[in-house]
Amino acid sequence: MIQTLAFYVFAAVTVVSAFMVIAARNPVHSVLYLILAFFNSAALFLLMGAEFIAMILVIVYVGAVAVLFLFVVMMLDINIAELRQGFLKYLPIGAAVGTALFAELLLVLGVWTTSPIANEMLRAKAPDLARMSNTQALGQLIYTDYLFLFQAAGMVLLVAMIGAIVLTLRTRPGVRRQRIADQIGRRREEAVVLVKAGVGEGVSS
Amino acid sequence: MTIGLAHYLTVGAILFTLGIFGIFLNRKNVIVILMSVELMLLAVNINLVAFSAHLGDLVGQVFAMFVLTVAAAEAAIGLAILVVYFRNRGTIAVEEINLMKG
Repeated sequence: MIQTLAFYVFAAVTVVSAFMVIAARNPVHSVLYLILAFFNSAALFLLMGAEFIAMILVIVYVGAVAVLFLFVVMMLDINIAELRQGFLKYLPIGAAVGTALFAELLLVLGVWTTSPIANEMLRAKAPDLARMSNTQALGQLIYTDYLFLFQAAGMVLLVAMIGAIVLTLRTRPGVRRQRIADQIGRRREEAVVLVKAGVGEGVSS
Repeated sequence: MTIGLAHYLTVGAILFTLGIFGIFLNRKNVIVILMSVELMLLAVNINLVAFSAHLGDLVGQVFAMFVLTVAAAEAAIGLAILVVYFRNRGTIAVEEINLMKG
């Protein structure tokens, strides 16, 4: 009973905040609603018994991705009122495509059945919860059967990190910096000039 | 009434549709489009984990983790491109991103 109630609460908040993500006027509000949606879907994952994915969702999405979005929204100086123009222009086609897609997804949901041999085709049967927790079972799977895939995921993240750095790195011309090598490499001949100044003539360089 | 697979799949379907809807609706703001893509990936993850829990197969959760990885990488690269684009053009309106049109 309490589980049913929890599901409906979390699902409702997820859907409503997902709607607010695309409907909010201010992009900052959109990001905050996105964070709310991620939190609630993490709770949905917990209800399904996928505790590791739920925690990863909170850490990666809320802690990294949403904060990144927040940074970028605040960094870019964008005009909010201007952004909302043309909102109603695309509403009909968006609604048409959305309802068509939703109807198709519901149709799939209605006629879908499990294959009778599905149980024999399981790749990695989830172990009994009393024997092993979800996190432990996932770890045993990832570090054995899916090791290469795991390494590939790490490479994807590395490439993404280097790509993001290279893209946003900016070398500005005309910036004065201290060049220590030049300072140390300076010799007496190029720095000091000995001038014999005559009486009453002064020095002209 | 017990909560089964269909409930979670319905939530996933609604989230996916909202993501599509957001892409069509926000033609002036690339950031919201990126957020819509994140919503769609979240819907996919909900479906994967729901099937994984329903069938008792852990591979769905492993795959959901890799989807999460790719989503994080995509967000980082997408936002980096966005920052560079804004630096060069001073706008992020989708309708004005047509330099390659010729």
